[in-house]
Amino acid sequence: MSCCDCKGKKPNLILDFPDKTEKLNAFIDALDIGLDRDRNRGFLIECLHEAQNLFGYLPRSVQQFVADKLRLHLSEVYGVISFYSYFTDKPVGKYKISVCTGTACFVRGAEAILDEFKRLLVIEMGETTPDEKFSLGTLRCVGACSLAPVVMVNEKVYGKVTTKIVAEIISECK
Amino acid sequence: MIDSVETLKQRVEALKKEGTAATRILISMGTCGIAAGAVPVLEELKRVLAERQLEDKVEIIEAGCIGQCYAEPSVEICNAGSGSVIYGGVKVHDVGLIVSHIEDLAPDMNTVEKTWYYPETEKNTRNKIQARIVLRNSGRIDPEKLEDYLKNEGYQALAKALTEMTSEDVIKEITESGLRGRGGGGFPTGMKWNFAAQQPAGRKYMICNADEGDPGAFMDRAVLEGDPHAVLEAMAIGGYAIGADTGIIYIRAEYPLAVKRLKIAIKQAEENGLLGDNIFGSGFNFKIQLKYGAGAFVCGEETALIHSIEGKRGEPTFKPPFPAVSGLWGKPTVVNNVETYANIPAIIRSGAKWFRTIGTEKSPGTKVFALAGKVENVGLVEVPMGTKLRDIIFGLGGGIRDGKEFKAVQTGGPSGGCLKYDRLDTGIDYESLAAIGSMMGSGGMIVMDEDDCMVNVAKYFLDFTLDESCGKCTPCRIGNTRLHEMLERICEGKATMDIITKLKNLSYAIKDTALCGLGQTSPNPVLSTLANFEDEYLAHITDKHCPAGVCTKLITFKINDNCVGCTLCARNCPVSCISGERKEKHHIDQDKCIKCGVCYQACKFHAIDKL
Ligand SMILES: Cc1cc2nc3c(=O)[nH]c(=O)nc-3n(C[C@H](O)[C@H](O)[C@H](O)COP(=O)(O)O)c2cc1C
Ligand code: SF4
Ligand code: SF4
Ligand code: SF4
Ligand code: FES
Repeated sequence: MSCCDCKGKKPNLILDFPDKTEKLNAFIDALDIGLDRDRNRGFLIECLHEAQNLFGYLPRSVQQFVADKLRLHLSEVYGVISFYSYFTDKPVGKYKISVCTGTACFVRGAEAILDEFKRLLVIEMGETTPDEKFSLGTLRCVGACSLAPVVMVNEKVYGKVTTKIVAEIISECK
Repeated sequence: MIDSVETLKQRVEALKKEGTAATRILISMGTCGIAAGAVPVLEELKRVLAERQLEDKVEIIEAGCIGQCYAEPSVEICNAGSGSVIYGGVKVHDVGLIVSHIEDLAPDMNTVEKTWYYPETEKNTRNKIQARIVLRNSGRIDPEKLEDYLKNEGYQALAKALTEMTSEDVIKEITESGLRGRGGGGFPTGMKWNFAAQQPAGRKYMICNADEGDPGAFMDRAVLEGDPHAVLEAMAIGGYAIGADTGIIYIRAEYPLAVKRLKIAIKQAEENGLLGDNIFGSGFNFKIQLKYGAGAFVCGEETALIHSIEGKRGEPTFKPPFPAVSGLWGKPTVVNNVETYANIPAIIRSGAKWFRTIGTEKSPGTKVFALAGKVENVGLVEVPMGTKLRDIIFGLGGGIRDGKEFKAVQTGGPSGGCLKYDRLDTGIDYESLAAIGSMMGSGGMIVMDEDDCMVNVAKYFLDFTLDESCGKCTPCRIGNTRLHEMLERICEGKATMDIITKLKNLSYAIKDTALCGLGQTSPNPVLSTLANFEDEYLAHITDKHCPAGVCTKLITFKINDNCVGCTLCARNCPVSCISGERKEKHHIDQDKCIKCGVCYQACKFHAIDKL
């Protein structure tokens, strides 16, 4: 009876974090949700944004909660999450490192920066370190192309990054 | 509350009477400015002004982006007496000096040529290139203050449209101006509005496409961060023209600052009666909502965008029906780009005739480009249509960085093409760029130099397309995968000559059969690099050589006899694969070398060859 790799102990964020769940509940209740599923669907993406802000990621329990509130099917919610790269159903590290791979950063050497992060963190793109401290990903242009190549760590933007600075960025994350 | 044209007038007069401080300090607080360190500079500025008790004499304006991103953080001092000066690359410790000299403007510091946004006042020939319509307020006003916008003719166009013009008049004015969509397609805006206006009365929607997905383009961001009210005003004008009472701005989640400023602007406009019911007492109602994207490039395509607002997966659908007939929730919907909207108030205020004096016959007006890549001055430029690529890259852009050789310029993002030097004298507009195998696109302009491998660039764009393809139709989903594999084989030196024909055939097949604009244009980077840089493809295929020295599978680093054994390379190599005794020739273990090129850059004796 195993549906995922959680080995029996299924984390249920909705039950585990009642305060966050209450916030999400209040957010959704404040929206104009009705019986019309098509109309409700129009609120889905903003609900998922809010849920991901609160919980950090969108595991099945959270998906089910949102689906129930909006009277949608779980599969619809999952379909949306898997389509948009902003949403994730896997936990992310405390520091979310995103290397900009927009064109301006690409021509200024973003690939080498990404490789250096991979090498130093010993993870691939889209992965999280086993201690859940770092996640590595890419994004396409934060609009600071004059500072290319750009790396974002959570909300902080680092500009004119060189392979040498990569180690410093990592050690700055305590 | 501004409930009539009369109260608007009084409000503006009152604001103008208040006058401005003797000295105004403008600091660029766009995303780029903040990333470059504008916040600590601003704090220091406030501290120093307080310390020297100058707060009453000096007004600080937290403005948007002036476009000179290369000089951030930048601070401009405007002095009623002695003119103005812009300091670039300002550090916290420079602030004291700047403030000491607000009168005489003479500190010995890095000042920035005012070539980028002072077209009216400077005699310099370079700045004659620019003309600011879209960016007229960006970097000049505080985007979080409605008053600043009002002082600069804000909401005058909406007032004029609602009280002096009929909906038909508005559409006629926009049609006559010849304004074309700045989101990429170049479709005449007046015509689009007319389609929607002719649909039976009822629910209609006015959507602003602020998804700006082209990686490396940031024009829309600058407008939204620097002049958000202009977009709101334009959407209301459009709503009046087509008979819509609801506007929706679809904005990408990666632009938190733009979202914040839009929220503030919408709230201000509502509180002052500039959005809401019975605007200017005309009986016209209009409200605007924000909807967020979630990181999908294809959602910039208008049908996909509409699906995304409806809460679905952002997959495009076949057109017709066009959104103007059946769009959001099946209702007539106009989707326009941010920059398109930003032109509207100016056209209504100054008229179609004036607009037509700028730009070319078929493409009137200006275009904002995000100039980036290997140019000296990275930033936003707004130039009349028809301006030559050369004037932008070598004039405003200041030429190529580090004295390197220009190789290519890429316009149109992942849908566009790479052009070489023989096209630099092309005057840019929609038709001319399409004729030479590129595209206007939304305004990304990436400059490349001799160090860029054009095969690798084509591969990069296909990487992007593959990542962003929604997977709905086969030519795009599978065709682009095959194209990408072929390019990979070329970059690895495993391809044979027949691959060129295969690349071309498959490219044309994808162009002809893909469902939406993403797939239909995705082979453009391949076709344009093939057309302009075929020799580079051939070098990879026949000589197994990457002329730019980028494709790692095709290069090796070797130490030659110039080596003096300084050990610098060995100390810098990230994988420690360089060995050798001090003062003796060093050696690279090729099996371990990851070809990062660090040693090549480190060596001061030209002792490392890149082959
Ligand atoms: C794959 C794809 C991506 C697009 N991305 C954008 C975008 O990011 N911003 C935009 O304004 N238009 C984008 N467009 C164009 C829109 O479909 C639409 O034509 C445009 O928003 C219409 O506005 P305009 O007439 O004012 O240009 C994209 C089109 C395609 C096919
Ligand atoms: S061309 Fe690509 S992005 Fe467009 S519908 Fe087809 S698969 Fe989706
Ligand atoms: S840096 Fe150059 S000179 Fe010094 S050891 Fe390496 S190859 Fe020799
Ligand atoms: S290219 Fe990089 S990995 Fe290879 S020898 Fe030089 S420094 Fe070391
Ligand atoms: S391409 Fe990296 S910030 Fe724009």
